[in-house]
Amino acid sequence: MKILVTAKRVEDPESKIKVKPDGTGIVLEGLKYKINPFDEIAVEEALRLVAKFPGEVVVASVGGKEVQEQLRHALAMGATRAVWVNHTGPLDQMGIAALLQKVAEKEKPDLVILGKQSIDDDQNQIGQYLAEWLGWAQATFASKVESFESDAEKNKVPALTVSADVKTVRVVREVDGGLATVECQLPAVVTADLRLNMPRYASLPGIMKAKSKPIEELTPVGLGVDVTPKLTVTKMMAPPARKAGIKVPDVATLVQKLKTEAKVL
Amino acid sequence: MQAGYGLYLEEHEAFRRTVRAVVDKELRPFAREWEDKGEFPLALFRRFGELGFLGLKYPEEYGGTNAGCLFEAVLIEELGRCGSGGVAAGLGAQFTISTGPLHLFGTDAQKKRFLAPAIRGEKVGALGITEPNAGSDVAGLQMTAKKVDGGYVLNGSKTYITNGVRADFVVLAVKTDPTKGHKGLSMIVVEKGTPGFSVGKKLEKLGWRASDTGELVFEDCRVPAENLLGEEGQGFYQIMGNFQWERLSLALGAVGAADDILAGAVAYVKQRRAFGKAVAEFQVVKHRLADMATDLEAARQLTYHALRLHAGGEFAISETSMAKKLATEMCCRIADASLQLHGGAGYMKEFDIERHWRDARLGPIGGGTSEIMNEIIARQFGL
Ligand SMILES: Cc1cc2nc3c(=O)[nH]c(=O)nc-3n(C[C@H](O)[C@H](O)[C@H](O)COP(=O)(O)OP(=O)(O)OC[C@H]3O[C@@H](n4cnc5c(N)ncnc54)[C@H](O)[C@@H]3O)c2cc1C
Repeated sequence: MKILVTAKRVEDPESKIKVKPDGTGIVLEGLKYKINPFDEIAVEEALRLVAKFPGEVVVASVGGKEVQEQLRHALAMGATRAVWVNHTGPLDQMGIAALLQKVAEKEKPDLVILGKQSIDDDQNQIGQYLAEWLGWAQATFASKVESFESDAEKNKVPALTVSADVKTVRVVREVDGGLATVECQLPAVVTADLRLNMPRYASLPGIMKAKSKPIEELTPVGLGVDVTPKLTVTKMMAPPARKAGIKVPDVATLVQKLKTEAKVL
Repeated sequence: MQAGYGLYLEEHEAFRRTVRAVVDKELRPFAREWEDKGEFPLALFRRFGELGFLGLKYPEEYGGTNAGCLFEAVLIEELGRCGSGGVAAGLGAQFTISTGPLHLFGTDAQKKRFLAPAIRGEKVGALGITEPNAGSDVAGLQMTAKKVDGGYVLNGSKTYITNGVRADFVVLAVKTDPTKGHKGLSMIVVEKGTPGFSVGKKLEKLGWRASDTGELVFEDCRVPAENLLGEEGQGFYQIMGNFQWERLSLALGAVGAADDILAGAVAYVKQRRAFGKAVAEFQVVKHRLADMATDLEAARQLTYHALRLHAGGEFAISETSMAKKLATEMCCRIADASLQLHGGAGYMKEFDIERHWRDARLGPIGGGTSEIMNEIIARQFGL
């Protein structure tokens, strides 16, 4: 089975993110970066599937030279090889989806797994665009019932179950108010939610092996994609600082305040 | 800050991210609980074995990765950030001091018996040098190993032994010839459960509380001859050889811990307010932080210098001793300054700094005191 996954480079949530005073973006100095955590979950799920249905996991990322760090991370986790679309200018989600569409058409995977969104601008659109443009089935927010890999969890039906003939995939999806199970024809596009799995660490032997795994370089021009953004960010603002809450001594006061001040009861 | 310091390569930094993720997910959240309880779960040894962290510089045939000491240096630095000196010490004693002599001086059979299971985290190891009546003065150790038919009979006791209570095997320094000073020393491995070997008690201590520190007693304890490491009489040189990495690792751990402590101090003074502004805005506080950062960087550079020499195969005894002394004392200074910057909160259990402050204090004592480091450093003048 061949699976295409993505590895976006995003700001490490541990670093302090500040909006530039002129509102044109965020301050980049001193920022640390990592692989989008949802993509890391996608990589993990792909590796687990390939362990059952031998084949390869191809990891793709769009960006400057620095995204090789995230590609290497996915390779160190166990991905087979990487595709790097070298592009340093501005990009919107349609540009990225168009590039991934070309990569998918070239690679012809059975399945594409992406993070449901990336934690930098939280768009939650790439998987949907990609499936639509490829004309493939899609199942977003693949998830599991419990958030941790307890024994109970391990014994449950996995969220992604590929049929023995590798023709279909059954996906448990997290939706408002519960879970939905869908079955898709392959090839399909799946996006990974937070509770799908707990990604493995990149082991030292994995890191050493990743050094010699191939990273293929592609460009938007080479792929025949015009990535001129259709969307421009006009202004970026930090959310207004929230006023501190208050502590109430007991439930009675709480109910009283909810009635008289918040007027929600 | 220059990434890698011209010492670490991209793969070391990638490994650092892995270790950091492990520390942040599996150690840091529990540091306080384990320190309060005075114990970390035994399962952590196995977990570290599973992660491949216990055999980074040991050969693959015994289950190691043979990746070299720089990877282990990264591991030690990051463990310094785990928030529990005791956890770092217990795990550290496993992959540095107790298995080090087995790797360097053990036979294939000894490595299969002790090193391989220690790398998997199935057996816990300890190193026993210090005795109630001799610590700094290694040549003056008193525990004896009398040669008998087919083995040795051990008599004496060891104290302050990290992992001593839970250890499955202890690598001991003993006098095979009590009439001689340092030339009478040998190293021998004793297994838990050997008749005549008992664990006196688990010792209560100021810091490193999550690690077990034991007192070991040997009364006519018979050990087979095949447990001797290397040759009789080589013990002193073996111990001194092993000390190099132990001291470097203490320096690296101090650098890692100080990094974390300084970051904690900066975060605290930025949010704590007094006289209508953030404490961090007082010039005296800013300068204090600048001094702390400078102190840390100087110690880090000397530690990396010694590490570079060690990684290059040099027996850099002066530089290593200097780094051990400077870095562990620096960590005490940073912890003390940070505690002061926390004000009353620094004295409270609610904040981590009081624990860091206690944990740091072991640095200039364990693995050879600062005074002993000075003795070694002064030797270059023929003194
Ligand atoms: C938490 C903890 C864990 C430990 N873990 C281990 C372990 O796993 N294995 C192990 O073998 N040991 C262990 N030790 C022991 C440690 O290595 C010794 O405590 C240390 O080497 C000092 O020896 P000592 O305690 O006998 O001090 P002493 O030798 O009694 O020293 C007392 C004082 O005299 C000073 N002094 C001694 N000689 C000189 C000199 N020539 N010139 C100037 N000053 C001198 C010392 O610097 C010190 O200030 C541990 C200790 C602690 C506290």
